[in-house]
Amino acid sequence: MANIYFDHNATTALDNSVLEAMLPWMTNQAGNPTSRHVFGRSARDAVEHARAQVAEACGAYTSQVVFTSCGTEANNFAVKGIGAIKTAAIARQILTSAIEHPCVTRPAIAMQQHGYVSQKIMVDANGKVDLDKFKLQLNTPTGLVSVMLANNETGVIQELSAIAEAARSAGAFMHTDAVQALGKIDLNFADLNVNAMTISSHKIHGPQGAAALVVDKKLDIQPLLHGGGQEKGLRSGTENVAAIVGFGAACELAISNRANFAAHTTALRSQLEQGLQELNVSIFGKQVARIPNTSFFAIDNIEGETLVMALDRKGYAVASGSACSSDSTEPSHVLLAMGVPADVARGAVRVSFGAHNTAAQVASFLATLNNEILRLKQLTAIAA
Amino acid sequence: MSASLEMPVSKHAEDSMHPIYLDYSATTPVDPRVAAKMIPYLTEDFGNPASRSHPYGWTAEKAVENAREEVAKLVGADPREIVWTSGATESNNLAIKGAANFYSGKGKHIITVATEHKAVIDPVRELERQGFEATFLEPEPNGLVDLEKFKAAIRPDTVLASVMLVNNEIGVIQDITAIGNICRENGVIFHVDAAQATGKVHIDLDKLPVDLMSFCAHKTYGPKGIGALYVRRKPRIRIEAQMHGGGHERGMRSGTLATHQIVGMGEAFRIAREEMDLENARIRRLSDKLLHGLETMEEVYVNGDLEHRVPHNLNISFNYVEGESLIMAVKGIAVSSGSACTSASLEPSYVLRALGRSDELAHSSIRFSIGRFTTEDDVDYTIELMKSKIDKLRELSPLWEMFKDGIDLSKVQWAAH
Amino acid sequence: MAYSDKVLDHYENPRNVGTLDKNDPNVGTGMVGAPACGDVMKLMIKVNDSGIIEDAKFKTYGCGSAIASSSLVTEWLKGRTIDEAYAIKNSEIAEELALPPVKIHCSVLAEDAIKAAVADIKAKQAAKETA
Repeated sequence: MANIYFDHNATTALDNSVLEAMLPWMTNQAGNPTSRHVFGRSARDAVEHARAQVAEACGAYTSQVVFTSCGTEANNFAVKGIGAIKTAAIARQILTSAIEHPCVTRPAIAMQQHGYVSQKIMVDANGKVDLDKFKLQLNTPTGLVSVMLANNETGVIQELSAIAEAARSAGAFMHTDAVQALGKIDLNFADLNVNAMTISSHKIHGPQGAAALVVDKKLDIQPLLHGGGQEKGLRSGTENVAAIVGFGAACELAISNRANFAAHTTALRSQLEQGLQELNVSIFGKQVARIPNTSFFAIDNIEGETLVMALDRKGYAVASGSACSSDSTEPSHVLLAMGVPADVARGAVRVSFGAHNTAAQVASFLATLNNEILRLKQLTAIAA
Repeated sequence: MSASLEMPVSKHAEDSMHPIYLDYSATTPVDPRVAAKMIPYLTEDFGNPASRSHPYGWTAEKAVENAREEVAKLVGADPREIVWTSGATESNNLAIKGAANFYSGKGKHIITVATEHKAVIDPVRELERQGFEATFLEPEPNGLVDLEKFKAAIRPDTVLASVMLVNNEIGVIQDITAIGNICRENGVIFHVDAAQATGKVHIDLDKLPVDLMSFCAHKTYGPKGIGALYVRRKPRIRIEAQMHGGGHERGMRSGTLATHQIVGMGEAFRIAREEMDLENARIRRLSDKLLHGLETMEEVYVNGDLEHRVPHNLNISFNYVEGESLIMAVKGIAVSSGSACTSASLEPSYVLRALGRSDELAHSSIRFSIGRFTTEDDVDYTIELMKSKIDKLRELSPLWEMFKDGIDLSKVQWAAH
Repeated sequence: MAYSDKVLDHYENPRNVGTLDKNDPNVGTGMVGAPACGDVMKLMIKVNDSGIIEDAKFKTYGCGSAIASSSLVTEWLKGRTIDEAYAIKNSEIAEELALPPVKIHCSVLAEDAIKAAVADIKAKQAAKETA
């Protein structure tokens, strides 16, 4: 049986060199970075070195990088923390795109208890924000806009600087969840013209337990966690030194591999999508710019979850939607927002490549997919 | 790949780059057994999230639930009452803001103690900004909360009280059974920060009148970046989530937490449960030895009650010696003056101030915290080092000279600058 | 906090620690700071009849930078006239010891101690003249 991992947008395996960097901090290094003795100072140095690596990877200043425990925390911090800024708090509308991850939309909805109004930004059939409609929404005073840079399911890349430009000229603060963009496309915080940006470690072969909100320090963003005053008061709690060191190492690795990664996964995806077309498959977002490693497609009359399970038994790990919603049988909210009918959306399968995948794996996957589709169609026919 | 699992225990104490670690209250080294258990979850197929039907997928899930059981076992809780968080700071924030917000319809008054950790004080301050009222009880000079004063602080609109079990700076143990009973009688939800307590004192939540309790791994020989909040099921305590998203941890805490860190916390708490009694007896001997050794000097004061205290902590003021110069002098040992979280500032410890210690005594305090890897040699060395350095600094100190001349320093008119 | 080598040198090997006879008419004493602030500096200078500082001693309760600042000024004071001593600026002390911004107040305190000691000796001299 094959054992092939095509689910890199969900999470990635820890790279050995990253583990090497982390090990001393998991074992024989004791310090709390806040302590002033040599144990504490060396832990502090390790955290600051990682901060520089992270900043370098996303075109930010080190002072703009605030470490958090996970992407969910960083997104909660952004939505609630920016929403609580005085100027944002006067303009009570929070706009998030219809294709955001729940860890952006749910905090926005939670803010409604505090008198905010959370509204969705619509996307077109390609999954891109409709700028004209978005601009109309901005006629209502808006405190915060959050639109993800690259979608986790379709891989579609938004024209974020244009969105940010519109949001900011309307007086709103702009946040982007760039978790899926880091390491896959050129990422530059300054060029994006946003106020805050979320990035995460475990999507780029780093460990779980570390993420960051990159934030313009001119913003009076309010912390989510109060306490010892770590991260210049923006994120209290003892730093997870080992995970942060791993995040830094993973960022450095991602940047040095990025060009190769893009060329390699673009080629794999072309091969995949060429094969898919022969299977009469619809591919989402194919007409617009996507991150190079992601392909999201649906096969008529086949339930995606069933197909994912079938492929899994053959040794191919793919996803039917985002990993966080894999327990639910709801069709992908991203596809629904793009106007895809629910029954088609239920058949969606996501393939997301990594640097170690090969053309041979794609070829064998296509063959297996073909067989499984035939088999499942038969089953469906019998059941019907 | 082989991980080096040596402990940071110094064999060359004279070398200031490798001092003796006596700052276990700031953070503990990861026990080699804990690290060994964690590393497979970062490597090999354990970390591979390949599939739900893959046996390793179950291994990870099972490991998380085993760890939850270990955490629950150490504190006498049901595993379903344990919610993973990123650490004690998040646990405290979640407990305090989560409970206060959920029950705000019943009232908006909170009671806590002036000597709590910042991770309790600051969320309470944040709630004050949101319209809650808070009472910060002053402890007695020994650091303990007076039960009558606590009772008197309760108002009809009091919804929440938060009192830590073991103080991070002075190691005193609060009578949370008595305080919890008062809370029960008055319908007040009771939160306890137990970050410094696990593995040091027995905790049995089955019997304790406590509704919410915060834990973290890295003060009990586990990894940083992982903690837990106990949320009582019977009677059921509700909290408002502070982090929203995928709905993990039954909606109380969304976000992916690292399997290897959870596993590490479970293993750390298992070891704590099995070895606590033996370990505490050993640490008690070391602590007594250290205290007796230091007490041979004049003008040495222990901060906080000596009886209701964990032996792991000795917070001592060396009168007429300034704390920062003292820390500089004792580079052979890694200690802290006041809590690690405030050591970046030049302010005297707010905990010692709350005990009514004078500025001088607060400034000249050192927290020695002893742990699993502290040896008798470490303690002997520390005593000798402290004696020689205190002598030297007192030789330099105009205050010591005045004290020796019989001058009452409290009567001196200081030219403050 | 990283200390400069010069601070560490003065801290490890403080110069001129001690006291002079405060009742000696040629000895001026300056004590500045307060325990509440975390530092107290006592500086004593012995001045000869031609107004030159012959000896200087200090005791300091305070951080490493405070100890180093006072140790340094005792070295500088010897051989200077009291007017030259009075002209010593805290910035010179801070620069010599490469004090970080949070420790500048230690050099200010040392300057204050010099001024207080000089004022004391001047007061003693004035008292002697009127007597």
